[in-house]
This record gives sequence, C-alpha cells and structure tokens, in this order.
Amino acid sequence: MKKLILTTAALALGAGMAMADTVRLGTEGAYAPWNFVNDAGEIDGFERELGDELCKRASLDCEWVKNDWDSIIPNLVSGNYDAIIAGMSITDERDEVIDFTQNYTPPDPSAYVAMADGVDLAGGVIAAQTGTIQAGYVADSGATLVEFASPEETIAAVRNGEADAVLADKSFLVPFTEDGSGLLFVGDEVPLGGGVGMGIRESDGDLKEKFNAAIQSMKDDGSLNELITKWEVSSTF
Amino acid sequence: MHWLFYLSFFKVLLLLAITAPVALGFGFLGAMAARSHILPLSLIGKGYIAIVRGVPDIAFFMFFVIALDQAFEWTRHKILCPEWTDPIRQGNDFIVCQAAKLPLGSAPEWVHETYGFFLAVITFSIVFGAFAANVLFGGMQAVPHAQLETAESYGMTRRQTFWRILVPQMWVYALPGLSNLWMVLIKATPLLFLLGIEDIVYWARELGAFKNPKFTQYPHGDWRMWYFLALLVFYLGMTRVSEIGLEKLMRRLSHGQATSGGELLRKETTA
Amino acid sequence: MSCIQTIQDYGLRSIGLGERAIPKADFTLCEQFTLIGSGMIWNIYFGIMALITGFFLATALAVGKASTNKWLRKPSEWFIFLFRGSPLFIQFFFAYFFFLSLKQSFPFLDALTSAWLGALIVLFFNTAAYSGEIFYGALRSIPKGDIEAADAYGMTGWARFRRIIWPTMLRLAWPAYTNEAIFLFHATTLVFFSAFPVWQQRGDALYYAGYFADKTFNPFIPYPILAFYFILLSLAVIGLFGLVNKQLNRHLPTTKRSKVKLKLNLAR
Repeated sequence: MKKLILTTAALALGAGMAMADTVRLGTEGAYAPWNFVNDAGEIDGFERELGDELCKRASLDCEWVKNDWDSIIPNLVSGNYDAIIAGMSITDERDEVIDFTQNYTPPDPSAYVAMADGVDLAGGVIAAQTGTIQAGYVADSGATLVEFASPEETIAAVRNGEADAVLADKSFLVPFTEDGSGLLFVGDEVPLGGGVGMGIRESDGDLKEKFNAAIQSMKDDGSLNELITKWEVSSTF
Repeated sequence: MHWLFYLSFFKVLLLLAITAPVALGFGFLGAMAARSHILPLSLIGKGYIAIVRGVPDIAFFMFFVIALDQAFEWTRHKILCPEWTDPIRQGNDFIVCQAAKLPLGSAPEWVHETYGFFLAVITFSIVFGAFAANVLFGGMQAVPHAQLETAESYGMTRRQTFWRILVPQMWVYALPGLSNLWMVLIKATPLLFLLGIEDIVYWARELGAFKNPKFTQYPHGDWRMWYFLALLVFYLGMTRVSEIGLEKLMRRLSHGQATSGGELLRKETTA
Repeated sequence: MSCIQTIQDYGLRSIGLGERAIPKADFTLCEQFTLIGSGMIWNIYFGIMALITGFFLATALAVGKASTNKWLRKPSEWFIFLFRGSPLFIQFFFAYFFFLSLKQSFPFLDALTSAWLGALIVLFFNTAAYSGEIFYGALRSIPKGDIEAADAYGMTGWARFRRIIWPTMLRLAWPAYTNEAIFLFHATTLVFFSAFPVWQQRGDALYYAGYFADKTFNPFIPYPILAFYFILLSLAVIGLFGLVNKQLNRHLPTTKRSKVKLKLNLAR
C-alpha cells in the first residue's frame, strides 16, 4: 500500500514537472512600448519579444496572459500565472511580497511631461497612475497628486488641462512628446526604483534562477541591448 | 481588433443568460434556508440575504474572484494531494500541488478564459442570488396562509405543502420583483471587468483611448466619450427590449388571476 | 502610535485635514479602520446631497409623468427612462468625458470635472429618476376617495396638491423610497472608481480600501471593513427613514400602517 502511494506521488510529481513547463507570463497590455495590444489583438512590444526570447533560452513553453495592473501582484501570488513581465520597477515594497529576477533594463529616470514650460512641479497638479512608484513619489513631494486608473488617462489629463504635468517612466512618455501634439519634457529627471525586472513568487526559486540565467545570457551576448535600442525603452547596459 | 469589442457584447449576453438561472437557484436555496425551522439554517439564510444586500456590490467583486479561486484550489488540494506536507500558505504565496491547480497548468488558454468566466458567473450569482432570495422569500410569504392551512388539514407533510402548494403559487407574487432584478442584473454587467473579464467597458476604454501612430495603423485621439455613448445606447436598448418582453409575460401570467393586475385585464377586455 | 493619535491624524484625511502623508507600510488595523472610515465622509456627502436635491426634481418628474399634457409628460418619461435604463457606471464615464469637453469650450465650467460637483450632478439626476418613478407609482395608487374628498371640500390646484396628494404620495412611496436611499449610498462608491480622478489622495471609502489592498496585497481585510461601514450606514438610513415613516403614518390606526421593509426595487 505504501508503495502504491509512493508511485502515485512520483507520478504526480512527474506530471507536475511536465506541466510546469508551461509558464504563464502576466502582463498589462497597456504600456507601450513595453507591452501593448497591437492591431491584431495580440500582446506586442518590448516585453513580448523579450519574454519569448527568454523562454526560448530557458527552454520553457510560455503563454501570455493579460491582467489589470491593480490586481497583477495578488493574482501572481495566488498562482493564476507564474511571472509578471509588465515594466514593473524593482522596489523594496514589492520585494517584500514577491521576488524579482535581475533587472532587464537599467534603473531609468522617470520624467515630467507638460503642455508648456515653467510648470510648478513642486506645488502644481501632477498626474500619475494609481499604485505606481511615481504616485508614491508625487504624494511625498508636496505637489498635488491626481491619480488615474490607467497610464493613458494620466496623459489625457495633461492634454485637457486637468493636471499640469504627468510623472511616468521616461520611455513611456517619449512617443507622446514626438507626435506633435505639444507635450514636452519639463523639469529634472527623477531617478526611481532599481530597474525593471520580472516578478516571481517567492516560493518559485527554480523559475527565478532559470530566468536569471536567461537574462544574464542575453546581457552577455548583447542581444538585450539590441532589443532595448529597438524599442527605445531605456538606456542600455 | 474591433471584432474583440463586438465579441465582448456576446460575452455580456452569454453571462446574463447563464447567471440568471444560476442566481435564481442560489436565491431559491437562500429563501428556503431563511424559511427553515432549523435555527442555524434560517440564520444562515437570513444573514446571507442581509449582508450581501447591505453592502455595495463592488466591495464583493473586488475580492470574491480570488477568494473563490483559492477556495476551490484549496479543496482540490486537500482531496487530490493528501500526501503533500508543505504548507499551502508560504508567506504571501498560495501554493497548491500541480494536480489541484485550476485550471491545470497544462491547459490551453481558452480553458483559463472559460474558467475565469465561470468564476465571474459564480460571483455574480452569489451576489444576485441574495437579491433573488429576498424576492422569493417575499413571494413565499405572500401566498395566502389559508392555502397552507388547507393543505395541512388534508394531511400533507411540511415538505409536501412546500413543494406542491407553496412553490407553484409563489411565482406570481415574485414575478414583479424578479423582473426588476433582471433589469438590475443587466445594469450591473459593466462591472464585469472587475472580475477579470475583458468586457465591453474594457474594450471601450482600450479602443477609445488615444492611439499613438507609432504602434498602430489607425491612430486617433481620445474617442472614449463616443465609445461610452455607444454603450449607453446599447444598455438603453437592452432595457427597452426587456421591458416589452416582461410586460407581455406579466400580462400572460396575470390573465385570470384574482389579483389587481388580472382585474385590470378583465376591465380592458370588457370595456 | 496609539489609535487615538491615528484617528486625530487621519480621521479627516479624506477632506484634506490632518496628516498629509498617508501610511506607507506596516499598516495597523486601526489605520485601516480610520482611513476607510474617513473616506465614508465622501460617500455620506454624495448620498445626502443627492437625496435632498433629487427629492424635489423627483416630485416634479412624478407630477410631470402623471400629467395629461403631452409636453410635460414626454420629457419626464424620457428623463426617467434614460437614467433608469442605463448603468450608473456608464453614466459616470460618459458624464466625465462630456464635462471634460464642455470645459475645453467653456473654461468657467472648470468645477464640473471634479467629483464634488460633477459626480454629484450625475447622482442627483440618477436618484431623481429612480425616486420619480417611485413617486409616480405612488401618485397613481392614491385612493380615489381621498381626491374626491378634497374636491368635496372645495380644494383645488395647489392647495389640493400640497395638502392631500403630496402627503399621501409620500406616505405610499416611503418604503420604496427608503430602499432607493440605501442603494444610492451604495452607488456613491462608483464615483472615484474609474471616471472621476482622486485629488491628493482624498478619496472615498472604496479608494482607501483599494489603497490598502494594493499595498498589503491582501484584499481580505480592507474590503470587509468597507462592508462593515456600509452595513452600519444602511442601518442608520433604515432607522432615520423609519422615524419619518412613523410621522407620515401617525394619523392611521396601527394595523394599517405600512412598515418600511427592505425590498429590492431599485438597485442600479
């Protein structure tokens, strides 16, 4: 009888290993150029390409899942997907709850964008996405913080005058300043966070190591820098 | 990409079609429990009705899906992997054995989406089941007491009285409340996106938002106002169609009934 | 930090008084209770203001819908259908974007896009439509004898409406109106939920509950606290409206009084 249990346990374990090969990657799909939904309705962007390449190098079978930013961490820890790859900056606060791989983009500045120069960044109205490190920074800075649910809305708020400026990752803001609609960078850049990494469950050490190794190999052969340059998401390593 | 938007309309309709009967089931159970002579059961039934109705529905939607998912996986874990010794909660993580995962880690994406949809249906049904329970409870109370006494004097047991006398009669009394509930249910569907479903609100926001020419062939400005106007029209249409349908149903059911509605119909035809 | 200190610091945080920086880590239960409770100020503000203003419009709508004059009846019918037939959630969204574009053409309408005014207007219209329908139903079920009696006393027009029709309408509508009030308070949680932005972290109860759930990654504490507050609020509404109901029914023999009962007629 005992042997029987052992075999089923071994079977279950074996099956578990086989199944674990499908790794589900969670992303937001609303943060171009990092990740967004393209015209065909598929997830696209820097992290799509990066994630696919990492999975190939770690010989994992990966699948993409879209999830709201607000619940992206709770859904990871409760096991609805296995990794977050959504332009998530590595912060101490988040690190208490989940683990991060090594960063795949260097710590990059956040920046302010406004409709005109000379906006009062210390005391004016600054928009940021709810639950981001930028929102936390503005709340502490003494400026008036306005929070929006999605990154798109923060930009819209500056366009229509609701907010004086928006604070976000610089790379996210660059395309908006180039489309001729009058948005421009103002003030100094703000260094925030420790670069962007993949979020992994704390108990999932194996997966973390696999991705760490894959990221390292991409850093070593320069293909990561190529991707970063292609999508203009940040400075290179 | 727009076909996903159109598809989401069907998702909403499908969810309505599934949720309505399931919620009615929950409601029926709740009403039965509330009427029960067994005190704990009746307290559970009444507590269910009172608590769910006393709290804004969003408060439930915010955490029910994760709670349900964890509850299911926890149960399956206990049954399927009794030899597992690691704790399920490790720090912040919620870990069950691979075999207990819902859906299984190897399942294709559509199974995951169906499962998400299923969780949304259950959440909606639990919340609206409480409202339905309240309506049905009222309907049961409204059946004239003399009917039940008569049944008893014929020697029917409590169970027989309930199923043969009370249940068939309560529907007429409960129908106005239930039609109202249907309208409420329709109007609650925009909250679906909270449950992780990519519904019409999700796509209206996504498609309406400012599109940068760099990432799409169809750039445009902020069109969300117009997308939401379209949704407004869609819901008004749904309401109007339901109103007409329900009115027809009510007229049919009231026909020949000794209620004021039946009386009105009689007058209309004789006048 | 003691709990009393926390309440002093954050009890009025939602309207911008007290400590500016809200807690960032190591949240105590007391902090969660205090801040979510502080957010309730907004929910109560929206609920009460919308109820008071909505009451008058609702009466007008009910009279309009019951009128025989087409020019009065049609607009009232359409108004009620528009606001009862669509989800409040979508109304908020649409209104917000609509107000935004209004503001661009008429800068003096600036306040419309902030929640305290813009959302209040939507809630005001919304509750007026729902209550209007209730009042209309009550108007139609006023006993014929009451109106005939008024006629017999020679009352007409305004006097008849104010002294006979209106009080009777209120009395008949009150139980359903109580429900409307409760669901209106529930509906106030939608204000900051997606359309109207939160300024300087001054949000309603749901905003703070969401904040804690977001920071602790544990939704199972803040949302039940929110639920607890709303159950208290519902009980308070039932109590207050019950008192008014007693007043409205004071001339009737006890057995005939209609009791306020929680019934779902009108959730959004």
